[in-house]
Amino acid sequence: MDKEILLSDNIRQLCQSLGGNNFGDVMIVGGGISGIQAALDLGTAGFKVYFVEKSPTVGGKMAHLDKTFPTNDCSMCIESPKFVECNRHPNIEIMSYTEVKQVEGEAGNFTVTLIKKPRYVIESKCTGCTVCVEYCPLKYPDEFNQGISNNKAIHIYFAQAIPLKPYIDETCLYLKEQKCRICEGVCKNDAIDLKQVPERVEVKVGAIILSPGIEAYNPTLKKEYHYKEFTNVVTALDYERLLCATGPYEGEILRASDKKHPHNIAWVHCVGSRQVTEGANSYCSAVCCTYTQKQVILTKDHDAEANCTIFHNDIRSYGKDFERFYQRTENLPGVKFIRSYVSIEREDPITKNVTIRYSTPDDGIKEAEFDMVVLSVGLAPPSNVQDIAKAFGIELNAHGFCKTNPVNPMETTRPGIFVSGAFQGPMDIPESVLSASGAGSQCGELLSYRRGNLSKARVYPEERDVSNEEPKIGVYVCHCGANIGRIVNVPDTIEYSKTLPNVVHAEESLFICSTEAAAMLAKDIKERGLNRVIVAACTPRTHEPLFRDTLREAGINQYYYDMANIREHCSWVHSKEKESATQKAKDIIRMSAARACFLEPLQEFNLPVNKVAIVVGGGIAGMVSALSIANQKHEVHLIEKEKELGGTARKLYYTLEGIDAQAYLADLIQKVYKHPLIHIYTNAAIPDVTGYVGNFTTKVQSDRGLTEIKHGAAVIAIGADVYTPAEYLYGQNERVITHLELEEKIINNDETVIKSESIVMIQCVGCRNEERNYCSKICCSESIKNALKLKEINPQMDIYILFRDMRTYGFIENYYREASEKDVKFIRYEPDTKPQVEAINDNGKSALRVTMPDYILNKELSIKADILVLAAAVIPSAESQEISKKFKITLGPDGFCQEAHVKLRPVDFAAEGVYLCGIAHYPKHISETINQAYGAAGRALTLLANDTVVASGSVCTVEEKMCIGCGACAPACTYGAVQLQETKQGRKATVIPVLCKGCGLCNSKCPTGAISLKHYTEKELFAQILAGLAK
Amino acid sequence: MSSEDKFIPKMLGIICNWCCYGGADLCGVSRFQYPTYIRLIRVMCSGRIDMKHILTAFLNGADAIFCGGCHINDCHYNPEGNYDALSMVNLCKKLLEHTGINPKRLRLEWVSAGEGIRFANIMNEFAKEVEELGPLGKSEGIAPDEMKSRFEKIIKLIPYFKLVKMKELAIHNPDQESYTRLYTAEEIDKLIREAPSYWIDPEKCQACMTCAKRCPVDAIISAKQQVHIVDQEKCIKCGTCLAACPPRFGAVTKVVGAPVPPPLPEDKRAIIRKARKEKAS
Repeated sequence: MDKEILLSDNIRQLCQSLGGNNFGDVMIVGGGISGIQAALDLGTAGFKVYFVEKSPTVGGKMAHLDKTFPTNDCSMCIESPKFVECNRHPNIEIMSYTEVKQVEGEAGNFTVTLIKKPRYVIESKCTGCTVCVEYCPLKYPDEFNQGISNNKAIHIYFAQAIPLKPYIDETCLYLKEQKCRICEGVCKNDAIDLKQVPERVEVKVGAIILSPGIEAYNPTLKKEYHYKEFTNVVTALDYERLLCATGPYEGEILRASDKKHPHNIAWVHCVGSRQVTEGANSYCSAVCCTYTQKQVILTKDHDAEANCTIFHNDIRSYGKDFERFYQRTENLPGVKFIRSYVSIEREDPITKNVTIRYSTPDDGIKEAEFDMVVLSVGLAPPSNVQDIAKAFGIELNAHGFCKTNPVNPMETTRPGIFVSGAFQGPMDIPESVLSASGAGSQCGELLSYRRGNLSKARVYPEERDVSNEEPKIGVYVCHCGANIGRIVNVPDTIEYSKTLPNVVHAEESLFICSTEAAAMLAKDIKERGLNRVIVAACTPRTHEPLFRDTLREAGINQYYYDMANIREHCSWVHSKEKESATQKAKDIIRMSAARACFLEPLQEFNLPVNKVAIVVGGGIAGMVSALSIANQKHEVHLIEKEKELGGTARKLYYTLEGIDAQAYLADLIQKVYKHPLIHIYTNAAIPDVTGYVGNFTTKVQSDRGLTEIKHGAAVIAIGADVYTPAEYLYGQNERVITHLELEEKIINNDETVIKSESIVMIQCVGCRNEERNYCSKICCSESIKNALKLKEINPQMDIYILFRDMRTYGFIENYYREASEKDVKFIRYEPDTKPQVEAINDNGKSALRVTMPDYILNKELSIKADILVLAAAVIPSAESQEISKKFKITLGPDGFCQEAHVKLRPVDFAAEGVYLCGIAHYPKHISETINQAYGAAGRALTLLANDTVVASGSVCTVEEKMCIGCGACAPACTYGAVQLQETKQGRKATVIPVLCKGCGLCNSKCPTGAISLKHYTEKELFAQILAGLAK
Repeated sequence: MSSEDKFIPKMLGIICNWCCYGGADLCGVSRFQYPTYIRLIRVMCSGRIDMKHILTAFLNGADAIFCGGCHINDCHYNPEGNYDALSMVNLCKKLLEHTGINPKRLRLEWVSAGEGIRFANIMNEFAKEVEELGPLGKSEGIAPDEMKSRFEKIIKLIPYFKLVKMKELAIHNPDQESYTRLYTAEEIDKLIREAPSYWIDPEKCQACMTCAKRCPVDAIISAKQQVHIVDQEKCIKCGTCLAACPPRFGAVTKVVGAPVPPPLPEDKRAIIRKARKEKAS
């Protein structure tokens, strides 16, 4: 809580220096995961950010989700640390519960008018004790929990909200009827102010990022879904809350009708999506297939006996690792995927079960009854999208999403205003994150001249050397309002703490995280000469950085701090056993004090950052990324293995959205060559890479000879290859070609193609099989693109697309529909009955015959084809193995580059200072590649814009005398931080501290104890273990 | 049963910061309840947990130890330390069995930061199991002194286990079941039975100090002109001295399956060099 004050202190100083103006570099509007990423990137890259969110806290839709696919990470757990990070960031000012009224001015100089909604709680006075919430008499449906459970008129939005303080919403009795005011009476800090009114604020910024996100489709728009009519019909977002431990029933999946567990659950796909009827959206929402699978897996985790039925159209598992996720779901017992449209027929008046009618080719029309039906609702633009468009002066597309430029999907129709996240169009979390980094990079290009001018860094006093002093421990026990104090007898723990060895001071505090308490703590450290501090309060996972910071403020090393978790691990989990909880709190403090005696001062590393970047790969991804970095005044070395730039795009001519690929490419190549800060190396190979984040040395052998480049960051954009089919007579019959070959023939007006009577296209050639268990993502759209082109040239041509699932996700769905309307014939095949191809002689003319079963007509189909086009898989680049070893980056199970975190770090590698973009990551369309290329540039700038990078002090170290060179440690460290070196005393391990991530795996492998992890040394851990067992 | 008689176990949990600790936090946030006698210790990765932590905790009266990490393939760290924790815990379980202690007293679980309820369930279940098992050694029928000496013996051998089982301790196999078959009781018995000792032959030692300098734990009592002695209490059986002793002396011997001869009394350690010896004779 005091971090907000510290933050606003910074803001105040800043504002004072600017004469009290609300003046910043970038405003980000929309506090979901996309906005959060943009704010953090830009703040870290030296820009002053105003971060505006209309709801009471940042978090967005992701905060409502239980888990995220395909890793099933807890959504809140991975997102909420970013809330704290935003809140503590000296360059980010969060303006929650605030809406943008209007934007005037132009790129570089916008004036934004905002309306701050009243919270009716004075944040600086509120301690977050939530007594007011307890006493508030009014219960109403909780918006955060989709209205399934109730909350109070005064409440905290959710447990991880920033700020973690209550607000009063419009349901308040006083606000409605001037009654009640109980909250005012019970608040001990006079923090309630019911007279607050909306406040108008003007802020000047140079650029704006719009990231308002999406809303879930509202199924009440179509009566046939019977949502809100049949009690046990819920939306997927409702279900997400039901699954969640912080949800309406604390993680129990219960039916609203009888609060019983449903055992027989159905999901209905494409609710509100892929339909051209009134009230629905024509596009595919891109995420529902996979989130449904996630919900099925989680349902089976909750109840292994549950029966799950999924009624689906195409299964669109087009993303990275989605195919495996689909198979995992499909293989669970009791899970049935049924390909059928459905109608939700009726609700049983007594059991409230829901009957669904569906049909399959085998069984015809059938009905089935379910305990619960989940509507896999699609994504829709924000409901106030027209207001947004008006306030920002931007145009929308036909679907009500932001109108963007296909070769720059972050660009809106108003210069200086960029768009990130799902407001570009339906997308998943990683795309929301990477487009945020990309939009950030474009703001950086626009405002490069003023970077750092408004940026603030914290300044700390010099550290007192206490290493020769006896430990003098101060123990601070927090009541946390009533959270701890109501269960644990805090005064008792204080008395006990005073009896512990080396404890020289113990004190209690109502809220140790409050600003006043932090100031008191800092004063105590100085005046009482404390050299170790223990705070017995909540979890170190959220609050350790805060108190470490306080130690730094007080001039002692931040690693002299230890946190005793007596809330999450004590008072909250033993709320009915006050006496033993108090005993446990004492034990936890004792363990902490024992550990504290052995704590050592550790220095974090300030590594200098070389401001130069290299980009490996000169395709669209590499060039876009290089340009964006160079436009922000950093030198870039662009390394391409071929003799010309362009990559895979050299073989592309047109796209579905109408990009002239060759013209775009030529323009890009020209820009790259003309840029004074970009150096190009063609015919290049990389024989050697050494170094680490901020300080790499890469050797390049190229047309320029052998060059040694020193650089701080690297962008890997090595592209991918195309599978050379071994099936369907490819390479044996000249009438069998791939899509890239077809595209070239079309452009060259090759008569054998454009004069064909009949062309057959086969999808999924070389992937979605055992050898390559993934979907190449782009081939369905490629086929449709070429089919539409051929129809345009020769409308009489018969075109057949033989597919497994048409995966035209997002707006591409519209082209699929267009192709159907233009009589392109789509015929589905199953993997075990693949089409058969043979060369035939058709009245003296050679041709092909394609045969396969037709599932709808239930007979064998035979098609004569003049040309057979294979949708050949995209496969990892032949260079990827070598590049991965050189740059110490990981490849995923399919051989594509593996990002650091599939959801939240989509363009970072686990290896710091190395970034990823383009089809090296996974197959993707040109627009997606451009999004990601800017994203990689934006991430690289967060490093390059700073002079130094800080590395943790908790790293491993070797006592060389004790090392016997057994070699157990080095292979355990995949970061390459532990290396074995020959010395006069034999083979010895050494640690390169800047590469060490502090896991300590090497430590536990070492037989002699020669290698040890600082801050988690044997001494520290054994002190804790033994103190834990002492009575 | 009167309240004084009620057995309150001493239980320690050593859990990783990123997942299990987060799960324990969420368990708190969600107010799921579990017994009060469990004490938690945070490490950054479950792979940091050392065999020595576990066995020393048992030696010092722990009735049960819980280890918690991220789900397999979800480790926060690149080296995926949870696989290593899995192998290490399985080895410890076999060592407990060898010691005569019920291996159920040691438990490893994966709990993600989102699984508060899972954390509570595991705590409750494990606590119940341990309460039924009773105090360490009691249900196993081992007297406290005997148990102490058995644990001390095993703990002394940890460096040796780490060296000879280096490969197994580093195995990363997604088939988690396979780890239970990684170490067999017979193999462990044999391993302990055949634990070597290193002994310096006073007849051959030339007091060159090489082994003493190289010994990682300063277990070699040495001085110029004095026959070197391996302090068997300090020795960790790494064999460095054997490798270090110049081959022309060959004074260090590996002894397996038999006690090492007693060290020379201090007053008889003075050395007479071979050359001089020959001269004298």
